[in-house]
Amino acid sequence: MTDTATQKPVPVTVLTGYLGAGKTTLLNRILTENHGRKYAVIVNEFGEIGIDNDLIVESDEEIYEMNNGCICCTVRGDLIRVVEGLMRRPGRFDAIIVETTGLADPVPVAQTFFMDDDVRSKTELDAVVALVDAKHLPLRLKDSREAEDQIAFADVVLVNKTDLVTPEELAVVEATVRAINPSARIYRTNRSDIDLTKVLDQGAFNLERALENDPHFLDHDAPDHVCGPDCGHDHSHDHDHDHHGHHHDHDHHHHDHGHHDHGPSPIHDVTVQSISLRGSEMNPDRFFPWIQKITQTDGPNILRLKGIIAFAGDEERYVVQGVHMIVEGDHQRAWKDGEKRESRLVFIGRDLDREKIERTFKACEAQAD
Amino acid sequence: MPTVAPLDLDGHVVAAAFLGDVPFFASATGEIHRLDHGHKVSQANDGLLACVRDEASDTLVTGGEDGKVFRIAADGTATLLSEVPRKWISVVAAGPQGAVAFAEGRTTRVRLADGTLKEFAESRTVEGVVFAPKGLRIAVARYNGASLHWVAMAGQPVDLEWKGAHNGVTFSPDGRFLVTSMQENALHGWKLDTKPGAETRHMRMTGYPAKVKSISWSAKGKWLASSGAPAAIVWPFASKDGPMGKAPLELGTRGDVMVTAVACHPAEDVVAIGYSDGMVLAARFSDNREVLLRRPGKGAISSLAWSGSGKLLAFASEAGDCGVVDIAG
Repeated sequence: MTDTATQKPVPVTVLTGYLGAGKTTLLNRILTENHGRKYAVIVNEFGEIGIDNDLIVESDEEIYEMNNGCICCTVRGDLIRVVEGLMRRPGRFDAIIVETTGLADPVPVAQTFFMDDDVRSKTELDAVVALVDAKHLPLRLKDSREAEDQIAFADVVLVNKTDLVTPEELAVVEATVRAINPSARIYRTNRSDIDLTKVLDQGAFNLERALENDPHFLDHDAPDHVCGPDCGHDHSHDHDHDHHGHHHDHDHHHHDHGHHDHGPSPIHDVTVQSISLRGSEMNPDRFFPWIQKITQTDGPNILRLKGIIAFAGDEERYVVQGVHMIVEGDHQRAWKDGEKRESRLVFIGRDLDREKIERTFKACEAQAD
Repeated sequence: MPTVAPLDLDGHVVAAAFLGDVPFFASATGEIHRLDHGHKVSQANDGLLACVRDEASDTLVTGGEDGKVFRIAADGTATLLSEVPRKWISVVAAGPQGAVAFAEGRTTRVRLADGTLKEFAESRTVEGVVFAPKGLRIAVARYNGASLHWVAMAGQPVDLEWKGAHNGVTFSPDGRFLVTSMQENALHGWKLDTKPGAETRHMRMTGYPAKVKSISWSAKGKWLASSGAPAAIVWPFASKDGPMGKAPLELGTRGDVMVTAVACHPAEDVVAIGYSDGMVLAARFSDNREVLLRRPGKGAISSLAWSGSGKLLAFASEAGDCGVVDIAG
């Protein structure tokens, strides 16, 4: 192999968050704290970032639709160019941070690291980190879809500016974040004062590391798992599909996200839904065609999917994750003695047909043979 | 037998080029190396992103991370031509009468020999710029097509539309065709000499397994060689409709190693082919005959350049192991 081919991929952290959520504060902390690592930072505007010390590149967000007939296959053209330039002199930094604008859709950023061969061969998407302004989140969710997308897409969510809200308000904000994205790790912060080891070098998109770092990934029974309104038992969707669902729901326009019947829900402006699936051991001959098909047909509506699959007769856990139509999977490690061999999968997206996904997932179970 | 004079540099070398019979190597660090009675070094950009040869003046033009555009003379002297602070200049082109084009973001600037700057705005980011073979005219590659601008006139540009992201651009030497390389592993061509009002003639050149990053016209402009496959893909452009309905030549085919750079010989219908493992071949169009010029090295070939006489071939590599091949030996 050549020298260039054996280089370890450089990790890339994507920072998202609405204007004023605290991205610049976090970036300045990353760039000034003494953690012994050097970062190259790609920003939309230099703004208030201390530009003297580090390698900071200003880049206009340029979204390219891939001309392959798939409307959700978008990449960031400017990132391809800047990453290519940066990687010609990789010794200058240990990792790359991409800061997106407040209104940015995080999907093209993430897909760039899967869809462009050059970028993919030299870098690795590490994690998508979303900052949320605790005070203004309810308002943001009302007036923009991007704020919700950023949360839905994140691996780590920092609920920031917690000093500006009451404990009750904070609980509502956290429940809202959890409702949008049940699989993200959520931290409460003031002035972005997060332990940087919880944000950087996460390996959240690395199938093996994602689970090592987070033993309770998708595990709703774990003691430290905070259960949100949409978590675990799928208690909120039944009215969509039962015999009278659409009748008593007539004064709500989005009757497919299913929280309206649960009292004064904090999440009226949530349009993202998550579907948590749980099943027994799967038959791979049915599971793989199924996940291919569902991501092909429903890909545009799927923001993220993540899961751990137990295959019948397979001694190793299989992990999958995806973005829109892109799905990747690999064996992770052997099942441990006494570990329950079950399959868990979460879809986060919009307008997903919960009944169809649940039914077809169940049909992939080996015991259905 | 061809002989190789190696030149081992540190890190990624962006471009190889000849000024006269002196081979130049432009490193990503901004160092400009040349083999002129010994190995000599001068400094251009702080972080070099692009380097092209200006045929008219036999100099190099570079752009870099420092927002600067330099002209490099045959003695290695770097002269600052222009600067856009804090912007990366990753696109440069050299034109007639000392004109130089460069781009950042959505703006292309043409600097004339007297220092005058002309600006051309696009609706999307400029990914590639090239001067036309005749007249002071530029073509700009961008998302969803290319734009043609006359530098001296303020008129509306000619918009050549084709859906998708266009990264690089080249005119055929006779000016009859414009060809872009695309994000989607394809080339796209437009026939420019159609009658006014006639329907636009498109040429789709697809089937590449990788992005096409290197393209080179043959001596008389009858062929266009390209990287992006395990062979050099060479499209026939001799007929009035270009390569439409014709299959390309596939030269220097290898199993699982990709072609990363191509350079057509200045006189013969022969192409030098550089691969991702550092190997370099020359292949003849007429009979596919191949000659090994350099065995595999440490990194992918990033650039190839023939001397004007066609007797020397300089190669640059992503890992820094560069060199010059003497064809006659």
